[in-house]
Amino acid sequence: MRASLFITCYNDTLFPETGRAVVAVLERLGVDVEFRPAQTCCGQMHANTGFQGEAFSLAKKFVKLYADAEAVVIPSSSCVAMIRDQYPLLFEELGNEELRSQFRALLPRVYELSEFLLDVLDAEDVGAYFPHRVTYHATCHGLRALELGDRPFRLLNKVKGLELAPLDHLDRCCGFGGTFSVKNAEVSSAMMTAKLQDVMATRAEFCTALDNSCLMHLGGAMHREFAAMRTIHMAQILASTREHPAEVA
Amino acid sequence: MIHPVMDPKLAPPFPQAALPVLRNTQLRKNVAHATDVITAKRARLVAEKSDWRALRDSASELRMHVLENLGTYLEQFEERCTAAGGVVHWAADAAEARQIILGILREERAKEVIKIKTMTSAEIQLNPFLATNGIQAHETDLAEIILQLGNDEPSHIVVPALHVNRSQVREIFARRMDLPELSDNPQELTAAARTYLRSKFLAVPSAISGANFLIAETGGVAVVESEGNGRMCLTLPRTMITLAGIEKVIPRYQDLEIMLQVLARSATGERMNPYTSLWTGVTKEDGPQNFHVVLLDNGRSEILRNERERQTLKCIRCAACMNACPVYRQTGGHAYGSVYPGPIGAILTPQLLKMEFAQSLPFASSLCGACYEVCPVKINIPESLIDLRARVTDQERQEERRFFDPLYVGMRMASKVFASAGRFRAAQRMARIGLKAFTGRDGWIRGLPGYGARWTMTRDLRGIPEQSFRDWWTARDNGKAKP
Repeated sequence: MRASLFITCYNDTLFPETGRAVVAVLERLGVDVEFRPAQTCCGQMHANTGFQGEAFSLAKKFVKLYADAEAVVIPSSSCVAMIRDQYPLLFEELGNEELRSQFRALLPRVYELSEFLLDVLDAEDVGAYFPHRVTYHATCHGLRALELGDRPFRLLNKVKGLELAPLDHLDRCCGFGGTFSVKNAEVSSAMMTAKLQDVMATRAEFCTALDNSCLMHLGGAMHREFAAMRTIHMAQILASTREHPAEVA
Repeated sequence: MIHPVMDPKLAPPFPQAALPVLRNTQLRKNVAHATDVITAKRARLVAEKSDWRALRDSASELRMHVLENLGTYLEQFEERCTAAGGVVHWAADAAEARQIILGILREERAKEVIKIKTMTSAEIQLNPFLATNGIQAHETDLAEIILQLGNDEPSHIVVPALHVNRSQVREIFARRMDLPELSDNPQELTAAARTYLRSKFLAVPSAISGANFLIAETGGVAVVESEGNGRMCLTLPRTMITLAGIEKVIPRYQDLEIMLQVLARSATGERMNPYTSLWTGVTKEDGPQNFHVVLLDNGRSEILRNERERQTLKCIRCAACMNACPVYRQTGGHAYGSVYPGPIGAILTPQLLKMEFAQSLPFASSLCGACYEVCPVKINIPESLIDLRARVTDQERQEERRFFDPLYVGMRMASKVFASAGRFRAAQRMARIGLKAFTGRDGWIRGLPGYGARWTMTRDLRGIPEQSFRDWWTARDNGKAKP
């Protein structure tokens, strides 16, 4: 099985360890991983901030780049949601029939990481070892747009040594929301405070998610407040073994 | 407390309007508590309906069918309502609706008028208009009384005084009804309101209502409520004026079967609302003998013409979206600067104003999707929010002063950078170098200048790592990377 990793712009720049972890997990499971260096960004930031034309250019770029890929794996729920929910609308409004049919052909092969692990590879147990207390933040796009359901829990439950701490109000937004976090910084921070109360109440050592964007927001606040908890992308937990424990920033 | 501005033409942008509310810890506590209680009740009652999905689909399709045939159903309503003894008026905008209502009340020589809770009357700012024309409007909905006597504004479309708690109600009643001994016992508070209301019901012969539904088939009107005060307004006065948005029509009487089920469960978390009043025209010697319906457009036709945004008008004003909204939970309704707050308000308000005002509202959302999940008529609010953001951005880009707005500069630069991987890689390096001066020894950034300060005011930011993923990949391909 050959999988093309779309790392996403912010993981590439800010969270390279997440990308390395995805490569490690997939290769351990026998997947032939490729990385197409022409990739940049899915266009979510532009689309959600009202820059439709710019988002369209990036959407087009994505479809052209992966037209011949066997599978595209993306370790970011919100970017997958962008492709699934917003690309069709962008192409309907600004695209042509050729682009639309190319996109329709590609879409079924675009996977969020946990979808790829479970739905394609059927690998609930990825052979990970992470002896820590962990709580899982569902992230709105993973929960409502991708409907990941129990996939993340099935994966975490098989990680040896991991103790899962349930999070209250699992379906409540953390307040990140992309440019919302700076355009409405005060409201975003108030939402974050509410979320952090629930997260900190789990007394976990780590808060994990399938999307580093929410974790950047929550982790940034934890660091500001000297909290006894850190954030970690789930790929890094799944990549972690006794021999090669997770890199923790 | 700062008096909230509810006119979208005058209200400050959402981020600014939210600031006084975010500092008001009592209000935030009241809002969080009230919305948590309603959402829990709603979730319980929706879960007990095994056919909820089907009900929701039907409600959604029914509302969309109405919008696609609105002209036909409105004309049918007018014809049947007129035949039953009602008088139907058409108001193109708020000013015309106000004039029609004033005209009717003048004919009645009314000095006072009693009102059933109607958010549409707040949309056209009816009460202050009547007051300047010498007619005193008395609200009869308990929440609206609290707000009227407390000189406050509605913050929610179903529970307008949601941001006020019981002891604050006691204080308002004690002061305005001259009852210094009043306690905050709910029974005592409702008894005080009842005494106050009875004097109005018995003395004022003109009333104004809104409408939950207009029934095309019969020409009838439906109003749902919890207190029975609306029922009093519908039986005692001589003259009744119903103000309704043109989108409120449904085809048949039987359609109430679906609409009332989804409305009560979504709005208040009840199987059925306590009072459902239905009336058709005028009944001789029973109830109001003069009945007027004012059909209000006020921007709705324009929304209807836009195929993608038409869904906005499916709304049945249940407020489930605002109860579920994590933004509303922090700010309450006043920050939206409109009688329609929350997610539905964020898409409805700017559209009612032809996108000329309230442009900050479509951005007042983290796009979490909780609103769409609970909407009983399946309005895809996040999708509309994104569409409207594009319309606002297209407008703003024409403005010269926006050219140097840091967000616009950033988005333009990002677009150039993302257009090519080579440029992106160069930008990554430049950002790494540029941010070095702000990065602490532990690799974290605690403060950024300019626009970046909007992030670092509450959050640290991890500094950009030495090696991007793509550089690691290239190095690994060349056999030079760490494993």
